[in-house]
Amino acid sequence: MLQEQNQFFIDSDKLSGAALEHKHLIENDPSARTNHMEYMEGMEKISSGIMEKVLSAIDNYDYNKYTGFDVKRALNSQTCSIEDFKALLSPAAMPFLEEMAQRAKTETSKHFGNTVYLFTPLYIANYCENYCIYCGFNCYNDINRKKLDMEEIEHEMKVIADSGIEEILMLTGESRSMSDVTYIGEACKLASKYFRNVGLEIYPVNSDEYKYLHECGADYVTVFQETYNPEKYEKLHLMGHKRVFPYRFDAQERAIIGGMRGVGISALLGLSDFRKDALATALHAYYLQRKYPHVEYSLSCPRLRPIINNDKINPLDVHEKQLCQVLCAYRIFLPYIGITVSSREQKHFRDGIVKIAATKVSAGVSTGIGDHESKYEGWEDENAGDEQFEISDARSFEEMYGDMSSEGLQPVLNDYVYV
Amino acid sequence: MEKKDTFILGGKEFSSRFILGSGKYSMELIKAAVENAGAEIITLAVRRTNTKKNENILDYIPDNVTLLPNTSGARDAKEAVRIARMSRELGCGDFVKIEIMKDSKYLLPDNVETIKATEMLAKEGFVVLPYMYPDLYAARDLANAGAAAVMPLASPIGSNKGLATKEFIQILIDETDLPVIVDAGIGRPSQACEAMEMGAAAIMANTAIATAGDIPLMAGAFKSAIEAGRSAYLAGLGRVLERGASASDPLTGFLRD
Repeated sequence: MLQEQNQFFIDSDKLSGAALEHKHLIENDPSARTNHMEYMEGMEKISSGIMEKVLSAIDNYDYNKYTGFDVKRALNSQTCSIEDFKALLSPAAMPFLEEMAQRAKTETSKHFGNTVYLFTPLYIANYCENYCIYCGFNCYNDINRKKLDMEEIEHEMKVIADSGIEEILMLTGESRSMSDVTYIGEACKLASKYFRNVGLEIYPVNSDEYKYLHECGADYVTVFQETYNPEKYEKLHLMGHKRVFPYRFDAQERAIIGGMRGVGISALLGLSDFRKDALATALHAYYLQRKYPHVEYSLSCPRLRPIINNDKINPLDVHEKQLCQVLCAYRIFLPYIGITVSSREQKHFRDGIVKIAATKVSAGVSTGIGDHESKYEGWEDENAGDEQFEISDARSFEEMYGDMSSEGLQPVLNDYVYV
Repeated sequence: MEKKDTFILGGKEFSSRFILGSGKYSMELIKAAVENAGAEIITLAVRRTNTKKNENILDYIPDNVTLLPNTSGARDAKEAVRIARMSRELGCGDFVKIEIMKDSKYLLPDNVETIKATEMLAKEGFVVLPYMYPDLYAARDLANAGAAAVMPLASPIGSNKGLATKEFIQILIDETDLPVIVDAGIGRPSQACEAMEMGAAAIMANTAIATAGDIPLMAGAFKSAIEAGRSAYLAGLGRVLERGASASDPLTGFLRD
């Protein structure tokens, strides 16, 4: 039986008295926390208008008012309107999961055929200045911290590239002081030597910094909003620049202004009301696409996972069926969009969902720092930096390639040129 | 002896009027699809060939087939030109299908940028086949820019919706001297047949075949349909009666001199 609410607060005995006191203060006293809707110094403000549209849509979304009739109408209509999408995301759609999957599969194959893209994430640093209470990298969590130097990064890249992977997603913890933009830019330059396609999942930056990173070879930027409910967001991100909700929301748009070809969008399901967060995620992509039609968009669908020092964290009411419902609804509403399913999900789920809605899966994954060689060869590396979360599918690139092929899918390692 | 019914692109003679896409199905099926389709031209995305060692799509394409690399991923003329040059460097030959899209949702071609890219690439000696929205002025500009054919869309790519732009494609066929290759949106062999009856020079299809239950069988079905449509066009379509039988007493029967 899952607990009804996650218990996120964990105290490390290594924290100083003052640190512990501050931690408890911001945990327990909302007035001790900064205003999460207010920009911090140095944060670029763009005039967007998309956030207001998305937030008002989720405010007004009463998913209990939809009925089976609305769901059937959505499934029978040629195009999927926002209203149809809301019906597909509602509890009333649960009995229609198989029909939704059939429709989603048709849409996926029209746009992607039977292809499935493979990639791997590479964490280059896990220092973090934020206190996000559910994340293994949070600054109060007692874990092994590490930042790879260029030589170590290159070594990791060689190991990964030798396994056959051609698309890489580079990640850092969110620390500007430990992993600054130049450091990430240098890593991008190295990555473009070893990989065809370089994506980034780092702390949100300003558009001129995105432009610099693009010039260094990165072309895709993913930022997870975690939850689109500002009040809930405030209670989960207690300290650090990540606390600023609107700056994070506009990150994809700044990346587009900076010249990135594609952006990825997501909520972390299980943090808040997942139906509202799923609606917001898709609408975020939808409104961005209307404003910037030339850009490639992708959605992810991570669910909460256990972290080091807190193995009880779980995705609450987002079970596999609900996740499948969300993904089918995404696919029917946004048939042209890429959908990534990470190793947070287990093998059976990933093998099934790539045949319905997902178009990209990770393989050969480590969420630790500097441990690809040991992980690939199967030994323990004591010097490695600790993981962000526990993964559920440890298949190597080769295994994933073989499994996808035997499922009748065509694995694609690269479908991209940098121009 | 009967004259062979062929058409010419970039000085090369082709007898098959079916251009096959390669991007949406398992690579091991490419050979069977080509054989069943009787295709002599196969398209492929340059960005898919830009791979290192695993699963290079080029390894699966039979040698006797002419490659038609496309510039998908290009958002303007400059990017299309760069991708075309890359294609030549990768050994994909001089044929290039220009695809310039600024809309990731419908993947509709941008005619203005396509005309610019056609002009630049034709000057560099490429055999340029532009994917375009069926607009007569754009088709004329493409012809003047040096295109070897025009490839108007039948309906949005991947939609399998058939000849939504039928009337406009007919205008292109009637008013331009270039071969008109109907591309994108053809969902059924019957639609391919219809386009051929209209006088299209060839048909390009990918999704309709890639999403079929049996890919080689569907490739064969398209081959037959395209041949049937071509024969019908050459034969000259018979009179189609609009409403019932024609009057046996003509209205003008009263005229005396």
